[in-house]
Amino acid sequence: MAQTLTADPHAPTAHGHAAHPTDGSYNYLNYDKTFMSWAKTVDHKRIGLMYMVTLALVFLVAGLFAIALRTELIATNWTNYAAGEQDAAGTIMNANTYNWVFTMHGAMMTFLFLVPSVPAILGNFVLPLHLGAKDVAFPRLNLASYYFYIAGAVLVIASLFVGQLDTGWTFYMPYSARTNGSVTFLTMAIFIAGFSSIFTGLNFIVTIHKMRAPGLTWNRLPLFVWAMYAVSLVQVLATPVLGITMLLLFTERIFGVGIFDPALGGDPILFQHMFWFYSHPAVYIMILPAFGIISELMGTFSRQRLYGYRAVALSSVAIALLGFLVWGHHMFVSGQSAISSIIFSLITYLIGIPSGIKVFNWVTTMYKGSIWLQTPMIYALMFIFLFTIGGLTGVMVGVLAVDVALHDTYYVVAHFHYVMMGGTVIALIGGMYYWFPKMFGKMYSERWAKIFSLFVFVGFNTTFFTQFLLGAKGMPRRYWDYIPMYEHLHQISTIGSYILAVGLFGVLGTWIWGLMKGRKAPQNPWGAATLEWTHATSPPDPHNFTATPVVTRGPYDYYLADEVFLTRNAPSSGDGAAGDGSDGDVPQGDGSGDGAAATVVARPIVRDFKPH
Amino acid sequence: MPPGHPNGVRADRNWPLRFDFTTPMASAPATLTVDSPEVHDAHAHDHPPHLQHHFVSSEQQFDAAKMGMWLFLATEILLFSGMFVAYAVFRTLYPATYEACATALNTMQGAFNTLVLLGSSLTVALAINAIQRDDQKGLQRYLLLTLLGAAIFLVVKYFEYTHKFHSGIFPGLAFHPYGEEFGHLATVPYARQFFSLYYVSTGIHAIHIIAGMVVLSWVYLKARKGTFSSSYYTHVELGGLYWHLVDVIWIFLFPLLYLIH
Repeated sequence: MAQTLTADPHAPTAHGHAAHPTDGSYNYLNYDKTFMSWAKTVDHKRIGLMYMVTLALVFLVAGLFAIALRTELIATNWTNYAAGEQDAAGTIMNANTYNWVFTMHGAMMTFLFLVPSVPAILGNFVLPLHLGAKDVAFPRLNLASYYFYIAGAVLVIASLFVGQLDTGWTFYMPYSARTNGSVTFLTMAIFIAGFSSIFTGLNFIVTIHKMRAPGLTWNRLPLFVWAMYAVSLVQVLATPVLGITMLLLFTERIFGVGIFDPALGGDPILFQHMFWFYSHPAVYIMILPAFGIISELMGTFSRQRLYGYRAVALSSVAIALLGFLVWGHHMFVSGQSAISSIIFSLITYLIGIPSGIKVFNWVTTMYKGSIWLQTPMIYALMFIFLFTIGGLTGVMVGVLAVDVALHDTYYVVAHFHYVMMGGTVIALIGGMYYWFPKMFGKMYSERWAKIFSLFVFVGFNTTFFTQFLLGAKGMPRRYWDYIPMYEHLHQISTIGSYILAVGLFGVLGTWIWGLMKGRKAPQNPWGAATLEWTHATSPPDPHNFTATPVVTRGPYDYYLADEVFLTRNAPSSGDGAAGDGSDGDVPQGDGSGDGAAATVVARPIVRDFKPH
Repeated sequence: MPPGHPNGVRADRNWPLRFDFTTPMASAPATLTVDSPEVHDAHAHDHPPHLQHHFVSSEQQFDAAKMGMWLFLATEILLFSGMFVAYAVFRTLYPATYEACATALNTMQGAFNTLVLLGSSLTVALAINAIQRDDQKGLQRYLLLTLLGAAIFLVVKYFEYTHKFHSGIFPGLAFHPYGEEFGHLATVPYARQFFSLYYVSTGIHAIHIIAGMVVLSWVYLKARKGTFSSSYYTHVELGGLYWHLVDVIWIFLFPLLYLIH
């Protein structure tokens, strides 16, 4: 292979393409605009965008379910608590509907949104670009994974017509064998969507091993790639276990095989073991890619080589591996033996170590950095704040004695949402803002993006911090109603969820506005040093790079990237760098709006200090 | 790397990951490649028809495909591991049931099927060996023999299943054994569960056999068209790997289900 890679990249190819403009005006979005060219595409960038639109719809539906839940909880249904009078109609829905809505919210958010979210959208779009590759290793498998996902989503929608799924997203036996037929549909949906997840993970592992550009060693990989590597390992090794669990639950319902059903000699605890053997690693499927995004953002917007690169990279892998050994902490009160609970609790603490390594390294990266508070960085800072709260409360519920009190209360709900929404979703939004110029070749409105980030932050904390208090006071999760003492906190939480919804719709609005009216994006608006910014146009060519990049530096060597960057992209007039670099100032193009050459990032480049 | 770099970059050290050097660092040019407007495909070298556009060389394509297959096999093992775990749990809980029920399985038929599968694993290995020697006829012959082995396995399995069905041994709630041979199982506690697990695990295994037959038939059709040669036989290799896995899983299922009495 060596001789082929060092061959002259400028020689004409065997099937010589016609010359296309290389300034981004000919790109993966517009080279073929027909519907079928999207439906049958094997281009990782287009598949990423298809996932983005699909997942946005899923998030919208599942998010509206959440708003409905919060609205139901805005007032207690006890018309006269002392006399025991309760309004069975509820505030807006009855108890059965509530069970259905929270189950659908959980099942759709976890299996159809959070599990695929970052790998499917940003992983697909960014990973091959980060590697200097033309595509993932198996492009057709990549498209297949998208359609498997669609098939799973269609089955979930079909389940809505069969019955109201009311098991909670965990499908605990034996109730899930007794309740209505929608469980059968959901098990099949999750089984099929699991293939999508496995295909994506498998594809990424092989891509990272085999498709790196010349010179791109393991220690020059961007940390996003390291995170995707770790998450892909989990996807490949954990998802099949969920697959067989769902398959056995399916046969349990169809034939009554008696593997999980205690009435037939089965073991419901075995179901919980098998379910959590997947579903605990699954939360690392959800959060690890977010770590990757934050590493990119922290480096780029602190303009600082990421502190402790190797530690951050390996801590991702460590979390992925340790994540397989802690599933039992979901079952402290399920009747597993005391000794296994103690061991699971101990290993749960251990996960705090690599997670802490990451947080400390991100914070240290900012130390004496040249921090540029653009929207992606705001979300990155938000992530660190929220994830730290979510992570530390996770350690608390990992404590055996504390968990017995807090198990199945709103405390766990709040912890989970701090990690999954405050972690994964916030990082996803930050990553979307960061790569938005690369994806669409347009800039979003920095001012409005910042305004709505405030709504998201305030709304999120108002919604979920109150739930820590509710949980600590003993409010159980999944309850349709509550006694009047919890009413004030529930009301605050509900109002917070409305603020959060405004913020999230606003975020969507800034993207749509950017797509429609946004200014043309330069090739490298953030002055980043990874290949998609230094070597690919905005938006990228259908083949990503016009020539295979040869990597001679690390992913966060901004100083070295600038050399390339300044010589290759500097406008001849020199007014491209006219911005004053103050906060909130979007890097200016040459102002003429004629969409000519990409321009240099307009901010001071700090390079003459030695932080460590 | 300039010596005066502020952060003291040591990016070209590979510790602690000294595996997988598919990218030739030493031979990489020292400068960054500059975009060339004329060229849209960077691979400018011999271009065999089977080489997909996003790979640099046939070796890279083959290595990637093989690695992908190995990862897929890992997922298959984990899929079956769920059933093995269930088996381990219930055999521990109801050891007497498992021993009593295992006697109802036909060891001779199981052993025969084991031999058939082992033989088909041999023939698929010989098929790969044949195409590595550019022996087209040998490749086709050994692929057919493998398919024959798979078919024999399924036929025997069919007779095993129907024989039990005729005595009321069905998976799940339909389990009502009767007759000379199996009637005594009605009194064995949780016998239903043993046979359910038997049907589920061997059934999923049989589905894998059928999937393997589809794959190998497709490879056979490609082989008849002369697609493969000693320089390109990815599909044969991957089909063979998959077939070995199906074989290995049976090697575990057979003693666990048939030979525990």
